[in-house]
Amino acid sequence: MDLSSINPILLLASLIVAATPLLLAAIGELVTERAGVLNLGVEGMMITGAICGFAIAVNTGSPVLGLLAAAIGGAVLSLLFAILTQFALANQVASGLALTLFGLGLSSLIGQGYQGVKPPAFPKPEIPLLSDIPVLGPIVFSHDFVVYLAFFLTLGVWAMLKYSRAGLILRAVGENHDAAHALGYKVVRIRVLAIMFGGACAGLGGAYISLIRVPQWTEGMTSGVGWIALALVVFASWKPWRVMLGAGLFGGVSVLQLNLQAAGVAIPVEYLAMSPYLITILVLVIMSADRSRAPASLGKGFHAGT
Amino acid sequence: MKRRTLLASAAMALGLATAGIAEDKTKVGFIYVGPVGDGGWTYEHNQARLAVEEKFGDKVETVFVESVPEGPDAERVMTQMVLEGADLVFTTSFGYMDQTINVAKKFPNVKFEHATGYKTAPNVSVYSARFYEGRAVQGTIAGEMTKSNVVGYIGSYPIPEVIRGINSAYIHAKKVNPDVQFKIVWAYTWFDPAKEADAAKVLIEQGADVILQHTDSTAPQAAAQAAGDVITFGQASDMAEYAPKPRVSSIIDNWAPYYIERTQAVIDGTWESVNTWNGIGKGMVGIGEISDAVPAEVKADALALKESIASGDYHPFTGPLNKQDGTPWLAEGEVADDGTLAGMNFYVEGIEGTIPQ
Repeated sequence: MDLSSINPILLLASLIVAATPLLLAAIGELVTERAGVLNLGVEGMMITGAICGFAIAVNTGSPVLGLLAAAIGGAVLSLLFAILTQFALANQVASGLALTLFGLGLSSLIGQGYQGVKPPAFPKPEIPLLSDIPVLGPIVFSHDFVVYLAFFLTLGVWAMLKYSRAGLILRAVGENHDAAHALGYKVVRIRVLAIMFGGACAGLGGAYISLIRVPQWTEGMTSGVGWIALALVVFASWKPWRVMLGAGLFGGVSVLQLNLQAAGVAIPVEYLAMSPYLITILVLVIMSADRSRAPASLGKGFHAGT
Repeated sequence: MKRRTLLASAAMALGLATAGIAEDKTKVGFIYVGPVGDGGWTYEHNQARLAVEEKFGDKVETVFVESVPEGPDAERVMTQMVLEGADLVFTTSFGYMDQTINVAKKFPNVKFEHATGYKTAPNVSVYSARFYEGRAVQGTIAGEMTKSNVVGYIGSYPIPEVIRGINSAYIHAKKVNPDVQFKIVWAYTWFDPAKEADAAKVLIEQGADVILQHTDSTAPQAAAQAAGDVITFGQASDMAEYAPKPRVSSIIDNWAPYYIERTQAVIDGTWESVNTWNGIGKGMVGIGEISDAVPAEVKADALALKESIASGDYHPFTGPLNKQDGTPWLAEGEVADDGTLAGMNFYVEGIEGTIPQ
């Protein structure tokens, strides 16, 4: 065993990178669910975002345009879900699952011809002064801007839900859509926007994997991150900061367990491999002992006539 | 009345016609563990499937299902494939072993071929390639080229096939570089690009400047490229898009000749349950071109080793070799038997860490 071979600074820095796609997808799904819509298609939207972003980045040579395309791709795909569930009143669980399957298929169709292609390198701006701070600099201030985007997105969603009128309306729609409708709020319109926000975030998260974290395109490359994001929203009891904590924990323990393995720590590898799931669930379940509950209208269809 | 007879005979004719077609065409099914575009393991199996189609043309119809999880669900997929008329089914991952045996019991007339396993039945053959021969060549290059003397190894699951590869690579790296050390990380997946990339990054952060992988995606190659002065080897497929560096060579699986031979056997009715284990000599394991990033003398050493393995002069597991705990395994000049290799569950002396049980 040689723990000294683990560099805590590099470990914390890669924790943040590992947590970012998860955080992006989960924060989008959180907004969707707070509006009362259960979209199980996160995985499908992520992988679609991953290939849309990849394809555009390769063709235009601009990774930033790629990210933008990923957000649009995810949002457009989620629009399909919105039409099915909000206008055709289809079952949300079934539509969400179908969206995941459709997204996986669509992405491998678009992805034909992008295998083995290298995307343009993502610019990693050095933040002057801040990135020179010892210890803190390399951990916090030496990332690509998407990491900060994810952080400020979390901050923004938290503030929006807690303090703004728009957040209040969104929560009202999620808690009791009939009451919100009676007050004159456009339930369907608000939900469609929330679904599209969720789709855009999932798309960004997917593109973070294909453009920055891995970076390459392979079919099925998100391999389950979307599902973990879904679970994270529930275990974080629909609270933005807890989602961030959960994403950090999951990303952190995933990276840590690989580090411990490489350092030859004498803990059986099976326990290390399952530790990210166990620890994340455990911590979030303990934290949600304060009786937080799901939005009351979550997963229920709404029709103005009923 | 007349009309009914007409309908009945039409239906009958239709039935006969379809039956006739079914008899003419041999249907070959493939179960893949990853997507056909993984650029590695499944990609090569699919190339071999295409080679079967190419070879037999209209006489054979092939079907495949990709990304089938290794678990009970695989049994359902296999059953479905057989019910749809498959005469021969290739199940192309170790984790399908018990499922293949179970389904084979239910359909004694259908032939099954299970890759990298060890359980056979009258209608189940097993086949595998001696990847460890390729690992010996990689180990030689790794040992000679590492500057930090730390070689990172990304393992998938602790099964004999993977452990054999680790041992073979280590023995040959050690031979050319007595100071070499292996750091092994188990990813517990065959295919998860993000996780594989993380594993590669962790190994590089901990000082490895050579990465060997036994997982199927090209993500570790990309991670090595981003890190700079690190070399890697293509796994299962050539992964030439990362040549000349980081990818300096590769192990290429070539299943096509075997698949064609077995399909022919089913067509001829001569199929028998066999246990095939071929290596570099028979062409089932190929060594991808050693790139210019490798110094000429290292390349010469590696090629010489490849030649001696191919000709049968040299076996990668030749004594004296001890097990990890120091107990003697092979005496001077003794060669490992296939039985021990097929079930290998121990590290050789010098490798640190324990194998997850």
